[in-house]
Amino acid sequence: MSSPVPPGTSVATLRVNGEERTVAFPTHHTLLEVLREELGLTGTKHGCELGECGTCTVLVDGKPVLSCLVLAVEAEGHAVETVEGLQQGNQLHPLQSAFADLGAAQCGYCTPGILMASKALLAENPAASREQIAVALSGNLCRCTGYQKILEAVEWAGRTLCGENAPPARECSFGAPLPEEVQRG
Amino acid sequence: MAERSEKQDGAAAKPEAAREIAVARNIVGTPYRRVDGRAKVTGQTRFADDLSFPRMVHMRLVRSIVPHARIVSIDTSKAAAMPGVLAFLVGKDMPNTFGILPVSQDEHALCIDKVRFVGDPVVAIAALTDDQAYEASLAVRVEYESLETIATVEEAIATSEPRIHDYSDEGNIHKKVSMQFGELEEGFAEADEIFEDVLLFEGNTHLPMEQHATVAVPEDDGRITVWSSTQTPHYLHRSLAKVLELPASRIRVIACPNGGGFGGKSDPFNHEIAAAKMALRLGRPVKICLTREEVFYCHRGRHPVLMKLRTGFKRDGRMTAQHLQTALDGGAYGSYGVASTYYTGALQTVTYELPRYRFDSVRCFTNKPPCGPKRGHGTPQPRFGLEVHLDKVAVKLGIDPADIRLNNLVQPNTITANWLKVGSIGLKKCIEAVVAGSGWRERRGKLPHGRGLGLACGSYLSGAGLPIYWNHMPQSGVQLKLDRSGCVAAFCGQTEIGQGSDSVLAGIVAEVLGIELLDIRLCVADTDLTPVDLGSYSSRVTLMMGNAALQAAQRARELVARAVSEQLKVPQDRLVFAERRVFDSEDPSKGLSWPEACVCAESRFGTLGTTGSYIPPRSPGRYRGAGVGPSPAYSYSATVVEVEVDPETGLYRVEHVWMAHDVGKAINPVLVMGQIEGSVYMGLGEALMEEQVFRRLPKNRSNALVHKHPSMLEYKSPTFLEMPKVTSYIIEDPDPNGPFGAKEVGQGPLLPMMPAIANAIFDAVGVRVDQIPVHPHLVAKALEEKARGKEPRVGPRAFPSIDFGTPLRVPTPAEGGDGQAVNQDEAKVRTGTGTMTEREEALRGTKR
Ligand code: FES
Ligand code: FES
Repeated sequence: MSSPVPPGTSVATLRVNGEERTVAFPTHHTLLEVLREELGLTGTKHGCELGECGTCTVLVDGKPVLSCLVLAVEAEGHAVETVEGLQQGNQLHPLQSAFADLGAAQCGYCTPGILMASKALLAENPAASREQIAVALSGNLCRCTGYQKILEAVEWAGRTLCGENAPPARECSFGAPLPEEVQRG
Repeated sequence: MAERSEKQDGAAAKPEAAREIAVARNIVGTPYRRVDGRAKVTGQTRFADDLSFPRMVHMRLVRSIVPHARIVSIDTSKAAAMPGVLAFLVGKDMPNTFGILPVSQDEHALCIDKVRFVGDPVVAIAALTDDQAYEASLAVRVEYESLETIATVEEAIATSEPRIHDYSDEGNIHKKVSMQFGELEEGFAEADEIFEDVLLFEGNTHLPMEQHATVAVPEDDGRITVWSSTQTPHYLHRSLAKVLELPASRIRVIACPNGGGFGGKSDPFNHEIAAAKMALRLGRPVKICLTREEVFYCHRGRHPVLMKLRTGFKRDGRMTAQHLQTALDGGAYGSYGVASTYYTGALQTVTYELPRYRFDSVRCFTNKPPCGPKRGHGTPQPRFGLEVHLDKVAVKLGIDPADIRLNNLVQPNTITANWLKVGSIGLKKCIEAVVAGSGWRERRGKLPHGRGLGLACGSYLSGAGLPIYWNHMPQSGVQLKLDRSGCVAAFCGQTEIGQGSDSVLAGIVAEVLGIELLDIRLCVADTDLTPVDLGSYSSRVTLMMGNAALQAAQRARELVARAVSEQLKVPQDRLVFAERRVFDSEDPSKGLSWPEACVCAESRFGTLGTTGSYIPPRSPGRYRGAGVGPSPAYSYSATVVEVEVDPETGLYRVEHVWMAHDVGKAINPVLVMGQIEGSVYMGLGEALMEEQVFRRLPKNRSNALVHKHPSMLEYKSPTFLEMPKVTSYIIEDPDPNGPFGAKEVGQGPLLPMMPAIANAIFDAVGVRVDQIPVHPHLVAKALEEKARGKEPRVGPRAFPSIDFGTPLRVPTPAEGGDGQAVNQDEAKVRTGTGTMTEREEALRGTKR
């Protein structure tokens, strides 16, 4: 016979990346903590645990949320998606390929959160403009990339999702062509 | 969508021409997916806090809440009775000091009798869960007896007692340096005009997205493995051995991929050492992950620097002499500070001809988190000073700011007044590119009021010429293992902090052996298994590890070539390594596949392995202090930025950045672009908003000196919305010292950003803000001054008066010097004591 759940502890069935798991955890623990500790899904990162940096972004019912600000118990009955659920089998999601190819993930620490926020954006609007992407991702800090490669990668993935095969401009990988007068010099 | 192959398709794909056999480059110079790219986009990369081990427990630190005090007592009794609590450590459990530099071993893993800043760690607590450790940390009582707080450089200079440390050059002046290269007064006498500027660069911090974390795992009989988010596993290894009093061979440090470093994870840290000690005490794995607030206390970020430049100019814009004075606010510990001090003067000579030069500097101890190396280490502050100074002088002399630079460039392959040997210099092309790209000639000074352009340049090291502690061993080593499978394993101590060093290592080995990135398995940053590489700092990895990798790969190629040549009866020099084959250049059908070639070599020579290592060339400087500044190669950058300023409010936006960077040779252009853009971003943040500043709590609440905003919300940094359009030019002026000619790119492009923005604001609205950050309210204040007919400027007025004594005098190459000082042995000469002295003494010892 199972003993009753001790006070301060919760048992919940969470549906993460389409898979259900029943876990016990301290009731005050956040979705971030339970994903990382009880479920072993360490792909979701943290940079502040105070809702300030966007690093811990996951999708709940398709919407980006800061998993450090959501109690795990609140997630019961909702569909949670994390970076681990992005790829299909061994195939990367277009966002993942684009980030990898363009070096939009440098240290890669902000990447899972930005990928999830981008996924939500592209699901709504795969043809999002650069400005729309910037606004959608403005709650996610990245200290490495200067955001350029991320914008280019999200645009590229959006085009791919629209069925276009249009890789980013050569300039993204090689830099701008030198002005003519310089080449001559 | 079908997954893309290792190399990009479409526009970024390998050009068809490169597929042609023989001499064509396989990988180097083409954009390829970074080797750790897939792991980073799938969540598989394991950062330190992602690790967990059976029986692992959690540790927290109790940190000081007062800035400067004696520890009277520590009471852990209440905490000890709390659930889950396992053990405590206090200062006396780890009495040995440590620190990154041999001359400033001034840290304890936990404070012993004194705390020196709010955040200094005092007690470590281990408990079964992190929650329990946290609860217990709140129950520890520490009683303090307050000492006077030293808050600023001025206070440090004025207050010799109480001393924050019992060692220093004098009182609370940690370090005092004065050196003079050439006959300075002659230089000033030759000048047509002499200009002076006083400027301030406020401190700021790295803010890596990953909070520092460490997991220490005791193993076997008295061995321990420490996994950590560190940029310098080798130096951490040495500090652990020293503090734990264990043979280094029983300690294994593994640097996890860092979630951003920028210099902030280059020191050995309290929490790393305490976690190891705790693990040894408990006999079980111990993890600590710092909170974001604690990361602000670890700091080691940009030193606040007050500086004064006095420069003699000819009317045509040539410099005749410069006297630079800098004062650094070092915070509470030495860290890299002695090196930082020298760096605020060392690279002043590598961009524009400066025939005579004097440099004075002090670094002070204050009761704030320690400053150290942040991207650009000590050089962005004087670079800001120099580039703004030049801009002002150009305007006064009526010279285009681009021309004052172009006309005075240091020539390639020369030795500067302070005895730095510079090799390739692509700066001319960098300036020309951004000038042309931005329409500088047509637009500067002619845009509507409120809109302006600013230009600045910079240069940075491709690795420091000397290691942090004196030795004659390689600064980087690479070991290769090849076998019949065709897999090549590359072992190297280098640390991936996001800059792409794994990809450079794999790329170079694959290039030389003509194989693919997927044929290479990396084992990196593991002090037990990999040859030493000193770490990811000073932009050293591509050049130093790259050269070591090149040598190891060339030796492997030689082995394989000898065996294949014998088997195929083809002369060795006709063999081509490309496309996973080894074949005859005259008859490409005659050849072996790469795995067959490995079988052939393994059959001929037995187990296959090679090593490569790199030691930088010796620098010509022989004076004390000459150890800081030399590098095998210098990168160069130039930028033009365009700003839009609201003349009413001072609010401004950077609209466009043109950045050109001379990287020597882009090993992987797409990663070079990433480093340029990331540097532009970080420089932008420093110019616009980032500052690590402090305030006093009210008198009735302890009056303690505390961090103004140790949180990511309040420490402002640019988001997607602040980022302007960036046009980057990759300039390649190959340096013979770099692998394939490559130089650094991770830090250099940051340097010109701050002065370019300040200069652009001047072009836009005619006011000078001589301090960083250039806050909008300062722009507004300068505009008010201007409106009132006063000097249209805000910024510091004066440099403190400091007795620097007699400078160390070093004749320049042009004066026929030999790199030595002429008054080295004079008493009371203020020189670079410390690490540099030790190095020089060691050097003399070996010469004898
Ligand atoms: S961890 Fe920073 S917002 Fe959640
Ligand atoms: S890639 Fe490092 S923080 Fe974004």
